[in-house]
Amino acid sequence: MNVAQWLLTLASLGLVLLGLVLVAAFMIYGERRILALLQDRLGPNRAGPFGLLQPVADILKLISKENFVPPFADRMVYTIAPVIVPLTVLLSFAVVPVSEDWWLADLNIALLYVLALSSLRVYGLILGGWSSNSKYPLLGGLRSAAQMISYELPMGLALVGVVMLSGSFSLKEIVAAQTLPFIVLQPLGFIIFLVCGIAETNRLPFDLPEAENELAAGYNTEYGGIQFAFFYLGEYLGILLIAALVTLLFLGGWHGPWLPGVVWFALKTLALIFLFFWLRTSLPRLRYDQLMDFGWKVMLPAALLNLLMTAGLGLFWMEN
Amino acid sequence: MYEFIFYLSSAIAVVAAGAILVVRHPVHAALYLIVSLLALALLFFLLGAPLLAALQVMLYAGAIMVLFLFMMMVMNLRTERNLPLLLPGNWGGISLLALLLWLVLLLLLSRSSLDEAGSITVIEPKEVGSALFGPYLVVVEAAAILLLAALVAALYLSRKGKR
Repeated sequence: MNVAQWLLTLASLGLVLLGLVLVAAFMIYGERRILALLQDRLGPNRAGPFGLLQPVADILKLISKENFVPPFADRMVYTIAPVIVPLTVLLSFAVVPVSEDWWLADLNIALLYVLALSSLRVYGLILGGWSSNSKYPLLGGLRSAAQMISYELPMGLALVGVVMLSGSFSLKEIVAAQTLPFIVLQPLGFIIFLVCGIAETNRLPFDLPEAENELAAGYNTEYGGIQFAFFYLGEYLGILLIAALVTLLFLGGWHGPWLPGVVWFALKTLALIFLFFWLRTSLPRLRYDQLMDFGWKVMLPAALLNLLMTAGLGLFWMEN
Repeated sequence: MYEFIFYLSSAIAVVAAGAILVVRHPVHAALYLIVSLLALALLFFLLGAPLLAALQVMLYAGAIMVLFLFMMMVMNLRTERNLPLLLPGNWGGISLLALLLWLVLLLLLSRSSLDEAGSITVIEPKEVGSALFGPYLVVVEAAAILLLAALVAALYLSRKGKR
């Protein structure tokens, strides 16, 4: 590759990064408006028309705040932890194709790559909680460690069904294999993946690591300013990633009649993001022991059953 | 470019592994171990084993080390009371181990021809799968039985109530 190609690659990467951060910022605005709508309130509507400039105001506020490290915190780890969360999610987007022609990288282990990065994301929460060196963040960090390990397993197992049907780890090829969306062939896998996805992104009803009204704010209690913004950015980018993955894996990605592929992809992803916000207003938070019981006694057996059924039916279908 | 990334990640792996020996806090040591594991995963990827690289990150860095950190956080370790792994008295044993490892490496390198080491063939996940459930099926089953036994033992040891 020559210099011009390198510059072009870097420029397109920068553009994608900027786009993703902006989408995350507007997701926060969208969530606040939708929550307000569902709770019969107005929500942020002061800055700009319909409050559309609210994300800009929020970002400016968070950037201009003082970057404070508590004296009792472990300095190095405390500073690194918030960066890990958005970094791992942004790296995962490298293998997410948006339509047939719009994609950055087509790795043939794309799905494993995404899973690997999502299992690294938890370090942001664990280390943030531990390095703050105070009680609530530590409890939040412990909870997120336990939660991630419990829900990663069924999530991975639910994906094996999809991989069996499409015969590939590449997200592009998985979408190409879906003449019929996999939600029809893998209804159980779809539900398991979606629920585990909600748990992985720490959203209600699985937001135990931050649980405002019992742990103050969990792992990010001590954080403020731009470091807090990094955690927040990571959370919303995580929702975007899970929504995009569910679209690609189970809802047929960019397949759909009449409209161009990108529009279908965006519509499906936005519908799933709306579901995330809707769940937040509708469901109460689980208790910690309920969360663990649900993960190990319901999700894991269901995922194994799904795997067994897919493999059995596939074998039967191939023999005949 | 390829060689640059290769040497850079090798250097990171070695330096991070060395740092494990000298840092005082166990959690910091665990973090350096994670960095070392990630650099190793990159090396696996560059040497043509993408599946191994992904599994290295998912299982070692993403699951086992999380459990390590979980335990360390529960134990509430303080920096002042901890000593680094590498104390003056331990030099002898560590040097002996390093020497043995060096001899093993020398033996391995002398047995493989140079052009074999230079060329890289990418091993796809599918090939790994058919090798594991083809010629190596017995080994996979043995590992499964071993893990099941470990699981049952852990359940037995952690049971509540009467002994």
